Amino acid sequence: MGTSFGRGGATTFPGDLVNSDVIIIQGSNMAECHPVAFRWVMQARERGATIIYVDPRFTRTSAVANIHVPIRAGSDVAFLGGVIHYILENERYFRDYVVQYTNAPAIITSEFKDTEDLEGLFSGWEKKKGEYHKRTWMYEGVDPEAAAGARESKAGKKGEAIQRKPIQAERIDPTLQHPRCVFQILKRHYARYTPEMVEETCGVPKHLFLKVAEALCRNSGRERTGAFVYAVGWTQHSNGVQYIRSAAIIQLLLGNMGRPGGGIMALRGHASIQGSTDIPTLYNLLPGYLPMPHSKHDKDYQTYIKLNQPPSGWWGEFNKYFVSLMKAYFGQAATKANGWCFDYLPTLTGDHSHMNTVTEMADGVVKGYFIMGENPVVGSMNGPLQRKGLRQLEWLVVRDFQLTETADFWREAPEISRGEVKPQDIATEVFFFPAASHTEKNGSFTNTQRLLQWHHKAVEPRGDARSELDFMFKLGQRLKLLYRNEYNRKRNWPIRDLTWDYPVEGPLSEPSAEAVLREINGFTIRDGKTLGGYTELEDDGSTACGCWIYSGCYRGGINQTARRKPYWEQNHIAPEWAWAWPDNRRILYNRASADPQGKPWSERKRLIWWDEAQSKWVGGDTPDFIATRPPSYRPSREARGKETISGDDPFIMQADGKGWIYVPTGLQDGPLPTHYEAQESVVKNPLYGQQCNPERMEWMRKDNPYHQPYNDPRFPYVITTYRLTEHHTAGGMSRWLSWLSELQPEMFCEVSPELASEVGLKNGGWATIRTMRAEIEARVLVTRRMKPLKIKGRTVHQIGLPYHWASKGLVRGDAANELIGFVGDPNVAIQESKVLTGMIVAGRKSKERRFITSGPFYKSLPGREKDRDLPAARRKPTTGHGHKAEQTKEGNV
Amino acid sequence: MAATKGFFTDTTLCIGCKACEVACKQWNQLPDDGFLFTGMSYDNTVHLGSSTWRHVAFIERPAPLHPQSEEAFSWLFSSDVCKHCARAGCLESCPTGAIIRNEFGAVYVQPDVCNGCGYCIVNCPFGVINRSEDDGRAWKCTLCYDRLKEDLIPACAKACPTESIQFGDLETLRTNAQARVEKLHTQGMPDAYLYGEDAASQPGTEGLHAFFLLLDKPEVYNLPPDPVVPTKKVKAAWISMAAGAAAIAAAALTSVFFDRGNGHDRSHLL
Repeated sequence: MGTSFGRGGATTFPGDLVNSDVIIIQGSNMAECHPVAFRWVMQARERGATIIYVDPRFTRTSAVANIHVPIRAGSDVAFLGGVIHYILENERYFRDYVVQYTNAPAIITSEFKDTEDLEGLFSGWEKKKGEYHKRTWMYEGVDPEAAAGARESKAGKKGEAIQRKPIQAERIDPTLQHPRCVFQILKRHYARYTPEMVEETCGVPKHLFLKVAEALCRNSGRERTGAFVYAVGWTQHSNGVQYIRSAAIIQLLLGNMGRPGGGIMALRGHASIQGSTDIPTLYNLLPGYLPMPHSKHDKDYQTYIKLNQPPSGWWGEFNKYFVSLMKAYFGQAATKANGWCFDYLPTLTGDHSHMNTVTEMADGVVKGYFIMGENPVVGSMNGPLQRKGLRQLEWLVVRDFQLTETADFWREAPEISRGEVKPQDIATEVFFFPAASHTEKNGSFTNTQRLLQWHHKAVEPRGDARSELDFMFKLGQRLKLLYRNEYNRKRNWPIRDLTWDYPVEGPLSEPSAEAVLREINGFTIRDGKTLGGYTELEDDGSTACGCWIYSGCYRGGINQTARRKPYWEQNHIAPEWAWAWPDNRRILYNRASADPQGKPWSERKRLIWWDEAQSKWVGGDTPDFIATRPPSYRPSREARGKETISGDDPFIMQADGKGWIYVPTGLQDGPLPTHYEAQESVVKNPLYGQQCNPERMEWMRKDNPYHQPYNDPRFPYVITTYRLTEHHTAGGMSRWLSWLSELQPEMFCEVSPELASEVGLKNGGWATIRTMRAEIEARVLVTRRMKPLKIKGRTVHQIGLPYHWASKGLVRGDAANELIGFVGDPNVAIQESKVLTGMIVAGRKSKERRFITSGPFYKSLPGREKDRDLPAARRKPTTGHGHKAEQTKEGNV
Repeated sequence: MAATKGFFTDTTLCIGCKACEVACKQWNQLPDDGFLFTGMSYDNTVHLGSSTWRHVAFIERPAPLHPQSEEAFSWLFSSDVCKHCARAGCLESCPTGAIIRNEFGAVYVQPDVCNGCGYCIVNCPFGVINRSEDDGRAWKCTLCYDRLKEDLIPACAKACPTESIQFGDLETLRTNAQARVEKLHTQGMPDAYLYGEDAASQPGTEGLHAFFLLLDKPEVYNLPPDPVVPTKKVKAAWISMAAGAAAIAAAALTSVFFDRGNGHDRSHLL
């Protein structure tokens, strides 16, 4: 999303789905996982919208959708590529929109080679390094380095320098005919994604695919709009970012971005997941998507700004956001003379994402670990490796409602019950803190539509339970106390100078959450006045702001996030219900709801428009544009920063103001989405010699064995994992509650009647599911909701595994994530958990074996004995990263 | 007296989230039913009872749902609840007067009067009310009497995200439901119909205060096709009993008269 449109957040809000004429839900089981937001989909259906649902399983969403499309897990790019092909082939794209608002007319360098030319690879593949050199992907005539998109994906991975010339396509062809323009490249790239190929790859019958493509096209254009809805069913793949990119391309071609009933609705997994990237728990970002400094490149403040402040687009104001953040962190101590305390910030030395951190724990590099509100032993991939990591730690802090499996890893685990690991041999010191629930603390959630919603404390937390805010605040106070006698040492200055003076309140003397929100909003240093928004931020140290994109949430000294005026007392956009970033805009890029001259594309779908009399943009939503910039404005060659945004460029966060159908810079694994099979698949890639995403992150380690990339005779079935309505992720919030536990009381697997008869499974009986990593058992639910697919005349069976249970709580069962190995997407390092291969047999045959502690329980196949212990993928240039993909390719030639 | 209140449960809007079940249990502080994996689709609480006053049925049906699909498979959901019948068998059979009809027209069990005799259980044609194993008393949906008294709507209707459970004045609900059925008919769902919306359609109960919109035969949803409140038969039963008694009396009298005659005759013979 970041690379396509400029911001990595949902572009719309669930309530606006009511205005959609077609809704495609794919990669999300919305009715089950977001039942409350799903009310808007139901209302849209009642108003006549077509609800299309694409998913391997027939779920509660299928039950109420107009069309359900069963698909082979992991083949979504082929399906969506087929839709792109259909749009182009039948000329169903919104031509005016495409020419004006996207980079379709941009001309790309002559050195660019497509996957069609190179058997599934783009130009620039460096086999030795196992990664792309992206020079050849650029616009013709533009320096091939960086853009706004790079900031949100793998910021700091290689410390890419941002060029100092504006990124604008130097040459464009508005007729879209030039052979090297994006539009023609797109046509060639998807030429083979025909309905027949979709059938062969996804197992979706041709007539069903055509029905979907036609419904989507019919309901897009000037008068009608369609929306896409996705969740982790798209992101959790080794090419997950490209799944979302495919939808972005479709929405740009059909002209569905920035318009009512359009957009891409990214559904976040639970409360404040959006917030956890905005004010990040991610290692490579500072609040507001500012990159974390990299030790190798960002030597000092000047260099950091030079490398990160692009001359064009909204990020041209980068310095103001950064300086204000440093003033919020370090107050008086941050001065222009000391580079605003830039050297107080920790710097990155490499990839410290989750799976790398766990392997580093297992290797004894990482010594201590804080876990708050997570149960990684159950909820994260490769449970046995998670526990191995925890066993090597010196200390572990867990804050949760219950003594979770993670907190108790040293006492209860499969390898402990098998006697392979003895609790007395584990030296990790575990600190468990009871946590307060959301009803026991004040604070805000930033939910799926970038909406900050305040929740008030209803009751005081019981016993020793405290909020995270209270814990962090008091931890900081204690650190300050511990270091107070050593402040003469420079390394302790960040702790000395950290502003940590929030007022406390209530019987438990908890820090005021409102005071924190006020700091996040920002204020003037001189008189402490709250700021009205990020346009008031300065780079001279006169303002402090904890997160620039949240600036305005405390406008006028009022907690805007606590506003609760229902939509029926205002309009359906409900601008006075809570507060959304940026600047309370609810539909992003809404400049695109009007034509280049500023008039709505159609009356039916109008949102904002240019009012000549008032000389500003007006309408139902806050304009996601410079409010007073007329459609006729054109920047001069000398323009810098936001002055480069033309009056008809709706994507203001992009360096060139366009929606990127083709991403010339900012992605690791290619400018256009390409169908690759998952790390473990049951079929050979039907489209290319290249089997898997060549840039995917692999962990070639003894404690993380993989299956063969395809056709592994030991693991003939596809496995996919998911959540149920009745439980919450790893179960910490639901398995201890009787009212939820009784509704789904045991781990089970879902299989088709055909697979059940093939393997001898009985409904209500038991099954054992195995991968190289682990074996688990589950009750069997035989259901016609699981449908075997026909792929090239062969039957492909899929097994469904919910992942909520483990060894503790009121209801128990084996954890599905024990089965899954570490594999990651190269752009965001997210794990691949939605598709893998495995084996299923009838009965309780599990001996609770885990590869890491029990050793291999499958015979290795010839040629595969040499899986070696290799360093983590972040050091991949010296390893065999991607070597299987290469092997596969050679095998195919 | 307040207007008669009720539920209209539109199963075509249900997404099977079970929020109604949980909200009901939380508000009424009901215990769990035990942790039993049934293997029957996603239904693990199985039926209404003393500790489950809302229950969502999951029906995996080997028939297409028109106009959604031609494929012979669909998944139906339906949130079941006490019907608060216009003629309530439980109420009419309660010997202690524990079960009353309250000001909202709802059938309400007064727990402090109930003595656990169990007559109500056999007199409910839907199998709704049941005795708690714990204290032996009979329990069922109260239509959230305590909430209604405070001008709040029942917990299940409040929690329902898709307006599948609609709560309100019974007359309004009936009008809306009728319009809904007609709309569905025009949208290509000719199978949609109302279950128990009034006395005419369900004379056995004289109409339900909690009625349903269904897409298949009642049996598919585990509802009786033609429920009759047993107490409705009391009058008929008394009449037949009276007739029977009269017949017996008549026979007795007749026999006496005959007997006399015969006796007379016999005495004559003596």
